Amino acid sequence: MSRPRDGVRHRIGALLVVACASLAAATALATGPFPGIGRPATEREIAAWDIDVRPDFLGLPKGAGTVEQGQEIWEAKCASCHGTFGESNQVFTPLIGGTTAADIETGRVANLRRVDYPQRTTMMKAPYVATLFDYIRRAMPWNEPKSLSDDEVYAVLAFMLNLAEIVPDDFELSDANMATVQARMPNRDGVTTAHAMWPGGGLPGSSSAPDVGGTACMSDCAGEVAIASVLPDYARPAHGNLAAQHRRIGPVRGIVTGDDDPDAIDDPSPPALKRARDAGCMACHGIANKVVGPSYADVARRYRGAADAVDQLVGRIRNGAEGVWGNLAMPAQEDVSDADAREIVAWILAGAPER
Amino acid sequence: MGGKAKTDPVVPGRVRAAPENFLSADDIAAVSSGRRDVLRRGFAAALGLGGAVAASTIPAQARADDPDIVDLPPWSTSLGLPVAATPYGMPSRYERNLVRRQSPGLTQVGAASVAFTPLQGSFGIITPSGLHFERHHQGWMDIDPKRHRFMINGSLPGMVARPMVFTIDDLMRLPSVSRMHFLECGANTGMEWGNVAVPTVQYTHGMVSCSEFTGVELRLLLDICGADLSRGTFVLAEGADGSSMTRTIPMDLVRSGEVLVAYGQNGEMLRPENGYPLRLVVPGVQGVSWVKWLRRIELGDRPWGAKDESIHYVDLMPDGQHRQYTSIQEVKSVITTPSGGQALVGQGFHAISGLAWSGRGAVRRVDVSVDGGRNWREATLQQPVLPKCLTRFVLPWSWTGERAILQARATDETGHVQPTYRQLRAVRGTRSIYHNNAIQSWLVDPSGEVSNVQTA
Ligand code: HEC
Ligand code: HEC
Repeated sequence: MSRPRDGVRHRIGALLVVACASLAAATALATGPFPGIGRPATEREIAAWDIDVRPDFLGLPKGAGTVEQGQEIWEAKCASCHGTFGESNQVFTPLIGGTTAADIETGRVANLRRVDYPQRTTMMKAPYVATLFDYIRRAMPWNEPKSLSDDEVYAVLAFMLNLAEIVPDDFELSDANMATVQARMPNRDGVTTAHAMWPGGGLPGSSSAPDVGGTACMSDCAGEVAIASVLPDYARPAHGNLAAQHRRIGPVRGIVTGDDDPDAIDDPSPPALKRARDAGCMACHGIANKVVGPSYADVARRYRGAADAVDQLVGRIRNGAEGVWGNLAMPAQEDVSDADAREIVAWILAGAPER
Repeated sequence: MGGKAKTDPVVPGRVRAAPENFLSADDIAAVSSGRRDVLRRGFAAALGLGGAVAASTIPAQARADDPDIVDLPPWSTSLGLPVAATPYGMPSRYERNLVRRQSPGLTQVGAASVAFTPLQGSFGIITPSGLHFERHHQGWMDIDPKRHRFMINGSLPGMVARPMVFTIDDLMRLPSVSRMHFLECGANTGMEWGNVAVPTVQYTHGMVSCSEFTGVELRLLLDICGADLSRGTFVLAEGADGSSMTRTIPMDLVRSGEVLVAYGQNGEMLRPENGYPLRLVVPGVQGVSWVKWLRRIELGDRPWGAKDESIHYVDLMPDGQHRQYTSIQEVKSVITTPSGGQALVGQGFHAISGLAWSGRGAVRRVDVSVDGGRNWREATLQQPVLPKCLTRFVLPWSWTGERAILQARATDETGHVQPTYRQLRAVRGTRSIYHNNAIQSWLVDPSGEVSNVQTA
């Protein structure tokens, strides 16, 4: 990120960038291999989007906010999802909790070593205070991201740090003292890059030799095979009816673990089309094509806008029709009720949609 | 039409169902009276098979004429639908069971959640775009591509000589490449680190999908902007959605030309759930780095330690340390048929089939065991076998009703062999959440039911 921090530098920077950019654009257009592609970004455009803050505070905007101000923002804009004390598990895992004064001293959260510790809160994991700032500024509140001012972000972060007992009640967090807070982050020394899963250089301790690998043994390999873990019976229905999550054909079927009908087929046809099928109309009529009688699309076209079309057509269906579309006659469709005929005709005149 | 099927059996030229041709009336009577051994001999002899044909499949063929053959079905006796009846074609309504699904209880809210790909029904290696797994942190949106912009700038002055803005028009005019790659969430199989937790391969492994992606090499775009790659050694990718997801991208993959700024997926534009109109493609690296709704690339000289690379997508080790920037999806495989929550339709021939992949390159071989890992046979790899792409393996298997534990074990072109749970946990414990690439076991019960198990 490259946002100058004060007005003078800002203006000079802007002038320089605009000058360079237009020059560059001209050159790119004239000589580059892809003339006419892209354009220079303006200073304001870059400032609008380039809001990232690095762990070393590159990109941190000027600003400040107190714990007290933060509490107000928290209660109005954060507590509904994260709980009054950042402890809520309703929407997301808890933000606060699980850290101690000793952790603040050592820079390693002791509870992360405990296999029996139930939850890993955000504060237990977060190694960088700058990342919390960056993230709240870009993404929170969840339903209204990027709505907080920089000062509000400082304030609400100050309140969270206070909940975690990293800063005192009367603290004001600012760009000037973020580094001193970083030195008290409970898990600041809790991350390592000593592994082989980063495909590139530049990270301390990273290697190219995987830490875990299997054995390419082909026979008599595992010794006695014992089963150590299975899904308990009570968990069988937890994912619904597995039979309804598998294909109805092929080498396997899903096993029955619930009520959903694996063979249920949604017929997406509108009710009027189903009625027309049941009444046998589709033997002589196609939706878009002439069969014995005219296509419903043609019927809809012919009667579009005609005032008494519904009554007229219902009558002709139930009494029989002849001579309008050719030499063939439609026998009286006596079995179809007046109400059903009306529903079918309304659907035909609406263009006979299939779904 | 009304579904009035013809039932007259005396149709000239009708060919009779094959099995009846070698069954005498006595044989059929024997079957009806339950003496299936007669039939089995006759059937097996006729087909030249050994004795392992499933008895259960034969009586059906030996009974009276199949009404689905002799009573002509409506689709043979009526007119079908016209062209473009569904302008964007949909799968058959009989396939409605195979859809993306959430795992109950995994997350609290749907906009920060996962929907898993139904791998249990997959063929080949390509995931239909509508079944590609979903993982969002702040919901998904359908962005107007005419209003979407893509920016490249630098962390420090001069790092990018010409910070630039591109429209989708610009990007689609540039030379493009199309490549097939898998995309796996780092947390795929994460629920299974400590013990068996979920029933089917959809939930154990359904956060992997595979598509052909089309786009522009990121290095080309950096070049157009005059990026100084001697100073800029890391790249930040940022999304345009509410979360504006940020991830640090390894420069080696940018330099190699593998990282793409992609707009295409399986021959059409990306689906909105998968980042329409623009996403980053970072082959072999976990899905969170494939930033969706991509709006910006920044060149810098240090990693960014973003929320999703310092608080999440960090792998907890037994000593309480988090491994950061764990990006590569290491060598992995899983049998998809048969797999957990299924029942085999009968004894006899079955093709064991599954998927293998590695973030370090191409899959070199896959071995399959049916006895819980004591003995292994090499499976056949179906073509194509591509780097950082799903690879389909198959192994013929005759199941005679015995209990079996099915496993697959992949080896990639670097020689890295997929580990067992024991090997994986010995180093990484059980709380890592991310990057579980252990060998999966499916127990086949004598009843034919298949379930998810872990061996000691
Ligand atoms: C409408 C619900 C909602 C509101 C309101 C809300 N958040 Fe969040 N918050 C979430 C969700 C959901 C996540 C997880 C997002 C994800 O999965 O990436 C989250 C994540 C976070 C995180 C990162 C936690 C972690 O471990 O990744 C922080 C910090 C945070 N919120 C702070 C705030 C602050 C400060 C406010 C008020 C200004 C706020 N949130 C308001 C729902 C909410
Ligand atoms: C045996 C074949 C047959 C059946 C069954 C049949 N129709 Fe017709 N239908 C025709 C023919 C032929 C015509 C054209 C008659 C004409 O030219 O006046 C026609 C005409 C129509 C028209 C246009 C009438 C007009 O005045 O323009 C409508 C509407 C219609 N049918 C609806 C139906 C409905 C609804 C059903 C089912 C309840 C049905 N038809 C069943 C053959 C059939």
